[in-house]
Amino acid sequence: MDGQAYGIHIEGLSKRYGSGDTAVDALKDVNMTVAPGEVVGLIGPSGSGKSTLLKCLGAVIEPSGGRMTLGDEAIYDHGWKIRDLRALRRDRIGFIFQAPYLIPFLDVTDNVALLPMLAGRANAAARKRAQELLEALDVGHRARAQPSELSGGEQQRVAIARALANQPPVILADEPTAPLDSQRALAVVRILNDMAQQFRTAIIVVTHDEKIIPTFKRIYHIRDGRTYEEAGEGRAYA
Amino acid sequence: MISLAGRDILHAWGKFVLTGLGLGLLIGVTLSMAGIYRGMVDDGRALLANSGADLWVVQQDTLGPYAESSNLHDDVYRAILGMPGVARAANATYFTMQVRKIDEGGGTSDVRAMVVGFEPGQPGEPGYLMAGRRITRGHYEAIADVKTGLRLGERIRIRRDDYTVVGLTRRMVSSGGDPMVFIPLKDAQEAQFLKDNDAILNERARTAANPAFNRPGVPGLKEAVEASQTSNRFVNAVLVQVKAGESPERVAQEIRRWKHFEAYTVAQMEDILIAKLIATSARQIAMFLVILAVVSAAIVAFIIYTMTLGKIREIAVLKLIGTKNRTIAGMILQQALGLGFIGFVVGKTAATFWAPVFPKYVLLEPDDAMRGFIAVMLICAIASTLAIRAALKVDPAEAIGG
Repeated sequence: MDGQAYGIHIEGLSKRYGSGDTAVDALKDVNMTVAPGEVVGLIGPSGSGKSTLLKCLGAVIEPSGGRMTLGDEAIYDHGWKIRDLRALRRDRIGFIFQAPYLIPFLDVTDNVALLPMLAGRANAAARKRAQELLEALDVGHRARAQPSELSGGEQQRVAIARALANQPPVILADEPTAPLDSQRALAVVRILNDMAQQFRTAIIVVTHDEKIIPTFKRIYHIRDGRTYEEAGEGRAYA
Repeated sequence: MISLAGRDILHAWGKFVLTGLGLGLLIGVTLSMAGIYRGMVDDGRALLANSGADLWVVQQDTLGPYAESSNLHDDVYRAILGMPGVARAANATYFTMQVRKIDEGGGTSDVRAMVVGFEPGQPGEPGYLMAGRRITRGHYEAIADVKTGLRLGERIRIRRDDYTVVGLTRRMVSSGGDPMVFIPLKDAQEAQFLKDNDAILNERARTAANPAFNRPGVPGLKEAVEASQTSNRFVNAVLVQVKAGESPERVAQEIRRWKHFEAYTVAQMEDILIAKLIATSARQIAMFLVILAVVSAAIVAFIIYTMTLGKIREIAVLKLIGTKNRTIAGMILQQALGLGFIGFVVGKTAATFWAPVFPKYVLLEPDDAMRGFIAVMLICAIASTLAIRAALKVDPAEAIGG
């Protein structure tokens, strides 16, 4: 990592569901490193452990073993090192989902500003931050619109802005281009790369999408709960 | 921090308003039920206050004249007038019947009313008139409560006689809610006690055939008995006003002790009217209030629960991005309270508008409205617990696929 702090670093991560004869090892010895500003792909067939890994990385479920480091701080080492996982998710991990899942009763600005507000920032400061992000993602002109008034691509850009709102060191994107056509899917990948570089954020993109896989410079394959790293094509996405 | 509940209500205001409207009508019914009870109590108090009496003297061992039948001879009032502390005493009769209204075309229609016989200028006459004049003739004039629907100059028939409505009063209704019609005492006595011609004829034949009343050696006995049978010398109560500074209770004790009648003070009569006469109605209304409260709670619980289930994915996202449980619980609670508030405003407005249409007096008291508002808020808060439980059980992992 050239002396840099990690975006996220995972070492020997495992997750076992159940116990005894019925125990299932969803993750076995997962290793992964993503640098700040880097976007990597996580690819695997259904049932390979992608979602379990995402939930462990997102501090939603507790791994059974291994280590996780966020930035320069170990957050998991055979047990959580941080007590308030809700605050960890809020302040240090961004989420982008398969569908945008914007809060339908908040307008675009407040959907983005909600995270800084939850973190204790003043409403005006949170909205200013939201507006800056929306401008950066070319949806600033829809700031007062309701989510239902946006196109699919616009909604996904707002979701990206929300993920970046608290400037987290890592963003977990769960099939963010699934509902989009090729053009819009590539546009989202471009935005993710731009944002990663602009905000020095490590982004892990879980995907099945053949259209965007060639754009990653590094890809992690996951199969039977184990990860294998591979150099990607790093093809131009725009 | 923005109000998530407020934004959700604004976003789905149509759903909230329609639901609040439905709930509001239910709350309106609840407030009206309470208003009907208050109206009954107030009617009872107004009846006592408007009669102008300090004491009601009635037949011994009865709760008359409003709650039970009571008969006194109509000369009893003279004996009472002579007692120390008594300023005025007057006879009164009360009976409930169908008063026939005679239309201009000669047709008739009925109105249920309590007919009151009173002596003009004495206790027992209607307290005040809202139209027309007081009774000035000895016979065949009437004053009616406006709730009878009668108008000045209209003709009514009570038993065999026709009366002209010369005055209108208000808030003079019986404990059963029947509006009152006031007629002169003599007319009322005839209407209440006088038999019809056939009955008098049969009674005379019976008396003549009875050797005890028709003795050859006692001339005039049969005629005296017959005269007593056809005359009516009974009233239902004597209304008494005591002298200024005199204790009604002390005068009542004297009447009970020396005249062997029952005498009730205003407080005792109020107790009879409110605690005894309308006690069953009050319990009935209380049962309705309990049922309506339970139904309201069930409706709010169901609506809030359904609305929460419709937002499970959003709640999962909110939890995943770090929203505290108490923020989510607060959002649901505020929505339930918001629904209750809309319902209360609609209900109070509806009750205020439809109260005058009720045949019985509906008294909507601000204190009841305040108690109702607190009850609605409490019910909504309790009803929201089901939805809050469901929301708190949502796993943030549900926001992540797989």
